Amino acid sequence: MNRWLRRSLFALVVGYLIAPLVIVAGVSLNARQVLFFPPDGLSLRWYQAAFTDPGWYQPALNSLMVATFAALVAVSIALPLAYAVWRYRVRYANVVVAMGLAPFALPPVITALGALALWIVLQSYGQAYTVVLSHGAFLTTLPLATLTVGLQNLNPQLVEAARTMGATGGTVFRTIVFPYVRPYLIAGFVFAFVLSLNEYIIAYMTVGFTFETLPVKIFNSLRYGYSPTMAAIAVLFFAVAVILFALVSRIGDLPKLLGADEKA
Amino acid sequence: MSDAGPGAAGAPPRGERDGAWPHLLLAWPALALAVLFLVPLGTIIALGFFRRVQAGFFEVDFVTANYARALDGFHLERLWITVLLAALATVICLAAAVPFTYLLTRRPRRAQVPYLVLVLASLSLSEVIVAFAWSLLLSRTSGISNLLVAVGLMEAPASWSPGLAAVVLALVFVALPLAILSLYPTFSRLDDELPEAAGTMGANALTGFVTVVLPIVRRAVSATGALVFIFVLGAYVIPQTLGRPAHWTIPVHITDQAIMKSHLPLAASLAIVLLIVSSLLALLIVAIGSGRLRWPGRSAAARSGP
Repeated sequence: MNRWLRRSLFALVVGYLIAPLVIVAGVSLNARQVLFFPPDGLSLRWYQAAFTDPGWYQPALNSLMVATFAALVAVSIALPLAYAVWRYRVRYANVVVAMGLAPFALPPVITALGALALWIVLQSYGQAYTVVLSHGAFLTTLPLATLTVGLQNLNPQLVEAARTMGATGGTVFRTIVFPYVRPYLIAGFVFAFVLSLNEYIIAYMTVGFTFETLPVKIFNSLRYGYSPTMAAIAVLFFAVAVILFALVSRIGDLPKLLGADEKA
Repeated sequence: MSDAGPGAAGAPPRGERDGAWPHLLLAWPALALAVLFLVPLGTIIALGFFRRVQAGFFEVDFVTANYARALDGFHLERLWITVLLAALATVICLAAAVPFTYLLTRRPRRAQVPYLVLVLASLSLSEVIVAFAWSLLLSRTSGISNLLVAVGLMEAPASWSPGLAAVVLALVFVALPLAILSLYPTFSRLDDELPEAAGTMGANALTGFVTVVLPIVRRAVSATGALVFIFVLGAYVIPQTLGRPAHWTIPVHITDQAIMKSHLPLAASLAIVLLIVSSLLALLIVAIGSGRLRWPGRSAAARSGP
């Protein structure tokens, strides 16, 4: 009874999460410019188009660039912050942490409107770096969360032992803390990278008309005519996310990275 | 359950001389987050009172006309629709995520990994791609209605997008992975022996789950509910593409005013109204979950957890 219940619930949830992708994958294989499912003839031409049509690969390159730098910004904010909070007792540090976690407690559209307003006031509206910085601050939450979990899991006796042996703060960080939190740092970077790659509303509001990212390009195509290339791009996006998260699960213990406790 | 925040374990004893190090470390995070998070929020609040000028964007002033418009009959009705849609999606999402996450965390760690990868990949999927995928799934030419016709359940293929069902299905789709990941830490730390104990006392699995497990995880569930509710409330692409104008939410109108109509002050005042409403409702959800707010007439004994 219990097992039957579990199996049917798992099938329902997994089916629900996969169904849209099955259709998209099928549509991406159509031989002609139609959106049929099951596909009408089989061809990989839309995947080829995704890589050769500058209308698609230029936004893809833009997105990769934004995501890389935004994830670096997010990590550059989260690492010193998480470490300082863990290592020292500074009263205002918790205020900074709250600011780092707050973006996920706001409706996304408000964060986007805030970014638009900020860059207009600073007279930088439309510059490519604005979306990098706004994404970076918005996604700081992710590496901050993984690093906080990582530092909590770090065995205090290890640090204590190193200190007793005379290691300075810098040495402890380099030889114990950093190697230990590295998988959490990589996971946090990957989360921020993948989410930036997929983020739409902030990118649209800050650089939607000057520096087209892939989600913005897809949204524009959604309004002005569907094509199987969009389906091919969507499949590639999902594949990239699955591959990156599968790699993360190779580097670190995924359940632990997501907050399960230490037990094996 | 340990509620230890950062700085609890492994930190050196108080009183050690730190010098300028903590402040140097915190300088960049504090500066970056202040400029990129606090200043924008403050700017929106100020913008709501500015006056719109036709040629440019806005002019510094103190007018209440934007708020008056943000709170007129039309926008209040939109706000009501927005809250209803988000509440509906949140309830459906929790109804699926709570039992799923519970059962997932009862599995061996290794067996959880493929599900976690799928959930993470779905979470990261752009709202734009989700909207596109659901519009295909619910369309006449490539959608599931063809499947239903093929097995004889329907006469002819139909199109369900745009429509209310499309909006709700897609909103639940983006919210579900977030809910699962937010519930995951608490659920995976649950003691396996609790439901087992209930079982030896004669409760079946479902009774054990409802009477033993749910009261323990109530806080986590309500916090997740608040998180999901706010996230769905702020969705733009899904109601815009999969809904008819009748399903357009406040975020659709905020974006429309900010980008298409270049009326930033109105967009800002709508955003502030949305922010206030969403914060109040999120606090309400959390308060109900923590047991601080009880329905009148319910005894205090009902909430005495471990």
